Amino acid sequence: MLIIRCPYCEANRPEPEFRHAGAAHIVRPLDPSATTDAEWAEFLYHRDNPRGTVAERWRHIHGCGRFFNALRDTVSDRILSTYPAGQGRPE
Amino acid sequence: MRRFSLATLLREALRGHTGWAPQWRDATPKPAYDAIIVGAGGHGLATAYYLAAECGVRNVAVVEKGWLGGGNTARNTTIIRSNYLWEESEAIYEHSLKLWEDLSHALNYNTMYSPRGVMMLAHTVHDEQVLKRHIHANRLAGIDNEWLSPREAQEFCPILNTDPALRYPVLGAALQRRGGVARHDAVAWGYARAASALGVDIIQNCAVTGIRRGADGAVQGVETERGFIAAPQVGVVAAGHTSVLMAMAGVRMPLESFPLQALVSEPVKPVMPCVVMSNTIHAYISQSDKGELVIGAGTDVYTSYSQRGGLHIASDTLEAICELFPTVRRLRMLRSWGGIVDVTPDRSPIIGTTPVPGLFVNCGWGTGGFKATPGSGHVFAHTIAKGTPHPIAAPFALDRFRTGRLIDEAAAAAVAH
Repeated sequence: MLIIRCPYCEANRPEPEFRHAGAAHIVRPLDPSATTDAEWAEFLYHRDNPRGTVAERWRHIHGCGRFFNALRDTVSDRILSTYPAGQGRPE
Repeated sequence: MRRFSLATLLREALRGHTGWAPQWRDATPKPAYDAIIVGAGGHGLATAYYLAAECGVRNVAVVEKGWLGGGNTARNTTIIRSNYLWEESEAIYEHSLKLWEDLSHALNYNTMYSPRGVMMLAHTVHDEQVLKRHIHANRLAGIDNEWLSPREAQEFCPILNTDPALRYPVLGAALQRRGGVARHDAVAWGYARAASALGVDIIQNCAVTGIRRGADGAVQGVETERGFIAAPQVGVVAAGHTSVLMAMAGVRMPLESFPLQALVSEPVKPVMPCVVMSNTIHAYISQSDKGELVIGAGTDVYTSYSQRGGLHIASDTLEAICELFPTVRRLRMLRSWGGIVDVTPDRSPIIGTTPVPGLFVNCGWGTGGFKATPGSGHVFAHTIAKGTPHPIAAPFALDRFRTGRLIDEAAAAAVAH
């Protein structure tokens, strides 16, 4: 079980308090009518799925209820950092 | 390859079993092949076998980073069934089930396929409606599937608790009698032995580190820990690591990899005559021939390559098992483990060509790939040999995520399939 730090509550909490919400920093096409099928597929379905560091969204559903992002190593499952939604991916 | 028969068995028994030789060649890589399969799991080995046995492509290498059948083939709960909802799925899983029925004979290797029945429980009105919809769809397609009342379900599996006071009472069940289990290792070994005998090179401990493409973009071969191996056709059959391998060829996949757990109890005398699955409370259980109860748990919620999985996922499943089968409450669990499963958005596999000429992919079997091993290998071999998808594989093309022709078994099967 992961121990996750919510960047809003500034507290370490167990994984069942959170809901995973998929890969982070995926931007919805700005002009849907001008978006091709291939671009929609890229937005909706294609994922990096890296073996290494992943940026992912979590929601503190049994806490503050807010979305935030985390950097996590997908081999060790260690969370490297968590940061508020809207902030760019840290180096 | 020395064929197994009663005569050879008797002969070896009288000689103290000193005459058995290794069942397949542990090959060293040649500089070039007609085709390379990346991944020596059940699906990869089956692909190589059918390439050699049915498609006349015998100059084939199967390249494996670990050892043969050491990934998800060794980690699954060996459930076999074909009662899927959509016609495309019914076609491929039923194709596979028909191959299972004769597989031991075809490979001359006992895969211990045991059609003991797969019973899927309904705990809610919604479950009942979904399972009955599956039953009707299956029967229209000529696939056996039948509805059991709670009493009939308990007669089929006497240790099932059908007390109406349960938190999730058993309201009925769908039963596919031809479903069952097989010996997972024997499937990998049987295909390896038969493929090796037809000339296929099985190369273990040889991780692929790159996929080389020519100036025209077409595949030229694979870079490995043991040097470059050339081939005009490369088939990637790497389950949870497919995204990583396809990235080497510059192809992004609609896949996410999750750890899926299973566990076994200490061995006991036969108590579980069939396979019981409950998607709603997420518990799968059967009993191996060794007597261990084989229990399948769920995936973790986050992507991972850790081959572990969180303990709370396994304990959720054990709570459900203890409620449904109170008689097993005092059993101890011997081992638990995780495998990395590659999950597609529609929970259906991807089989076929890719944007890279000469590169083929067979992946996305998610949490339910074992049952498909023979059928998957069979249609993928034909796809590689002809360069165009086998009719049964065609609907499962990678391109469906662009065209929108998804085969949505995710909604059909709830959590898992």
